[in-house]
Amino acid sequence: MTTTEKPDYKVIGTRPIRPDGVEKVTGKALYGADIHLPDLVQGAVLRSPHAHARILSIDTSAAEAMPGVLAVVTHSDLPVVADKVLDMGEGASTASDMSKNVLAADKALYRGHAVAGVAATNVHDALTAIEAIKVEYEVLPPVLNVQDAMRDDAPLLDASRHTKTPTGEESENASNVAAHNRFEGGDVEAAYAEADVVVEREFDTKMVHQGYIEPHNGTANWNSDGTLTVWTSTQGAFAVRGALAELLQLPVSRIRVIPMEIGGGFGGKIGVYLEPVAALLSRKCGRPVQLTMDRTDVFQATGPTSGGHMKGKIAVKDGKITAAEVSLAFEAGAFPGSPVMAGAMCMLSPYEVENFKVDAYDVVVNKPKVAAYRAPGAPNASFCVEQLIDELARETGADPLQFRLDNSAHEGTRMITGVAHPRIGQEETVQAAQASDHYQSPIEGPNRGRGVAGGFWFNAGMQSSVVASVNPDGTVNLIEGSTDIGGTRAALAMQLAETLGIEYDSVRPTVVDTDSVGHNDVTGGSRTAYASGQAVYEAGLDIQQQMVARAAQLWECEAEDVEFVDGALRHTSDSEKTMTFAELAGKQMETGGPLQGRGSVVARSPGAAFGVHVVDVEVDPDTGKVDILRYTIAQDVGTAVHPAYVEGQMQGGVVQGIGWALNEEYYYGEDGRMENASFLDYRMPTSLDLPMIDTIIVEVPNPGHPYGVRGVGEVPIVPPLAAIANAVHDATGHRFTELPISPRRVVEELHNLQ
Amino acid sequence: MPRRTHIQTTLNGEEIDFLCEPRQSLLEVLRDELGLTGTKEGCNNGNCGACSVLMDGRVVNSCCVLGVEAEGCDVVTIEGVAEGETLHPLQQCFLEEAALQCGVCTPGFIVAAKALLDSEPDADEGRVRHWLAGNLCRCTGYDKIVRAVLKASEMEEVSA
Repeated sequence: MTTTEKPDYKVIGTRPIRPDGVEKVTGKALYGADIHLPDLVQGAVLRSPHAHARILSIDTSAAEAMPGVLAVVTHSDLPVVADKVLDMGEGASTASDMSKNVLAADKALYRGHAVAGVAATNVHDALTAIEAIKVEYEVLPPVLNVQDAMRDDAPLLDASRHTKTPTGEESENASNVAAHNRFEGGDVEAAYAEADVVVEREFDTKMVHQGYIEPHNGTANWNSDGTLTVWTSTQGAFAVRGALAELLQLPVSRIRVIPMEIGGGFGGKIGVYLEPVAALLSRKCGRPVQLTMDRTDVFQATGPTSGGHMKGKIAVKDGKITAAEVSLAFEAGAFPGSPVMAGAMCMLSPYEVENFKVDAYDVVVNKPKVAAYRAPGAPNASFCVEQLIDELARETGADPLQFRLDNSAHEGTRMITGVAHPRIGQEETVQAAQASDHYQSPIEGPNRGRGVAGGFWFNAGMQSSVVASVNPDGTVNLIEGSTDIGGTRAALAMQLAETLGIEYDSVRPTVVDTDSVGHNDVTGGSRTAYASGQAVYEAGLDIQQQMVARAAQLWECEAEDVEFVDGALRHTSDSEKTMTFAELAGKQMETGGPLQGRGSVVARSPGAAFGVHVVDVEVDPDTGKVDILRYTIAQDVGTAVHPAYVEGQMQGGVVQGIGWALNEEYYYGEDGRMENASFLDYRMPTSLDLPMIDTIIVEVPNPGHPYGVRGVGEVPIVPPLAAIANAVHDATGHRFTELPISPRRVVEELHNLQ
Repeated sequence: MPRRTHIQTTLNGEEIDFLCEPRQSLLEVLRDELGLTGTKEGCNNGNCGACSVLMDGRVVNSCCVLGVEAEGCDVVTIEGVAEGETLHPLQQCFLEEAALQCGVCTPGFIVAAKALLDSEPDADEGRVRHWLAGNLCRCTGYDKIVRAVLKASEMEEVSA
């Protein structure tokens, strides 16, 4: 562990057990699908069997007449909404697109697109009833990848869509390209002319899914007084509330969203799919309605992340990267909003690159509308850039990590957005990877190779709000609104305990619903430990201040004569006068009543995260199978609040990246049908596919956070795609430019070389 | 409504009976009829292991077993793994080793790992990885899960 200037923390840096742990290992924790309400009924959703079709008519009469059926809804039950942009926290969408995604309007734009919803007394009746809904389709040719979608003669998903061009104008002709953005700086052509080496390649990646184990769910109760209560597994209860308010045209105060425990999200559980349909069904039938997806629905009808096509050209002179030109075209799915801009802004950020030209195309295709997925856009873009960098290091005879170190960004380096990096840990992270036992050990044996890659993610700040109530026994209840997907109750309780100088076990955190705490943005963007942590810190300071005033009141002195140190109150000049936190907590009634601290922040200095990965692989030339032999991650986390949970984020992100690199893809037939919409055929890594994943925690404190915390969760998925491709190149001498590097592809491409 | 069948079984050490339709899976019966929601549905077709339960000591995907098949069986779900307030060593080790993040796959992993350690208390890393390959976790990368199972296997309570 590399540590710079780390204060002597008492709670931060320890590894306590999470407050929600026992419930989760005993099966008592309630996830969205576990809620059982009085009078609850179940529902099902009819989905389009076509990837692209005009909906000519929907006849629900037969379904409505079936036994057990209580209500049927279609798009016509949704109010008309404006084209207002809804920022969901990680990715924005217009209300009108979201409404058409929730229930298809005039067109079905992907196979699995929801067309109608049914509520019935049990799920079997609901499933039978959706088959009785008659939909007349005019089937249209689908477009299934960006190259096809960008052709002039491509079928258009929306004939009224024009491209927003870099100059801010709209293209003359209708297009599937929703937006084209450009970043340009310096003079790439001049740099190419003077370069020692220039490498240029094209890359392709496929659509992949977050793969959370818990399918989406939504339970809604539309009360007769016009208020709506929703229970759901979501990364952002307030994001769901905001989306429902727009889609259903209700004031936010009339909607209460109760965040249940969530079985994984990775960005994919921010948008709404089932919640609005359950709400409409509940309004119609007057009973609470529960909808859950099956795994096929999750694959076909939620938001995976983009595949795309990329072209990159990078130049080197005297060991320094002098120019980079990259063009990225990402699939947005059925509606605009791919993470192509994020990818474009991340891929070069670990390095100093003076001359650049980056084009980013957001392209609609007949696939599900993409959602955020862990550092959205960055892994694909880095698959392109980090392979070109590997090639440049090889061509110039440089060690690939030393080459990255020699070109590393540091404080003051401007990214392609023009924004200068604050204090960052890129160089320290590369050095930690260089010094690792893994990198210092030789890789030997036939068909084996080693690869490295770096990665960057901005991390997000946004809004958080907490309340902390001091109990008479000296314990504290922390009321927060951040969904806990992986240990944030612990990470926040630890930061409050640190601020108040009390034991971790004295803080009891609870995640509450949208009526019970101020606004909290999503658990996403690696923001919770950082931004909600900052809110917690503010709440702790608020309590400190109030306690100082109360101690002064008891001691009949001025507040400036009292200090709060190590969880106790002290008179600055009278050493006899001291009081523990618990002692003062027990005197609330006589010092002004219940003591509550509040913290509300718009966190603006998230502190970017950098990761450098080293991986050894062995390629079986007969079967094409790539085995991961050893994997080491070095990552700057600022300050590791709970090191075990930090390691877990790093390991989990890497393994998702390994799946993306080696196996995972949405495999489409020409008709636009996803042919592998199950966990059997969409093969995510299992325990058998992996070694232990070694982690090196680098701590370069974030100057923008009181405890130096940086976001941790997302950047680990950025480097693996390129790191593994670089390792497979090292093992085989062949560069794989298309994902996944599956056994079939390995065998085919190696065979074609011979 | 399809005719419901009367089933008698032992569930978490207790003799119980329930009515179920022939089409209902054991998973559906546990969750919807008996209120034991600790057993999770991840895929409903036997691919993810989130619904793992023990039937007569053998780990099964309860989504692929019919409720009526539980007749006369000894069924153990995650709710029956701890003894009162005392956690099973696997549960304790999952907490100590940070082997869960979202926690939704955790009941299935603990039940599956229990089946392994009940029969092979000395299982090594390779055996643990092989045994747990039918349980998908998307959060942890399995590292800490495997460590937790190995740590539990070293604890006396399990080995004894």
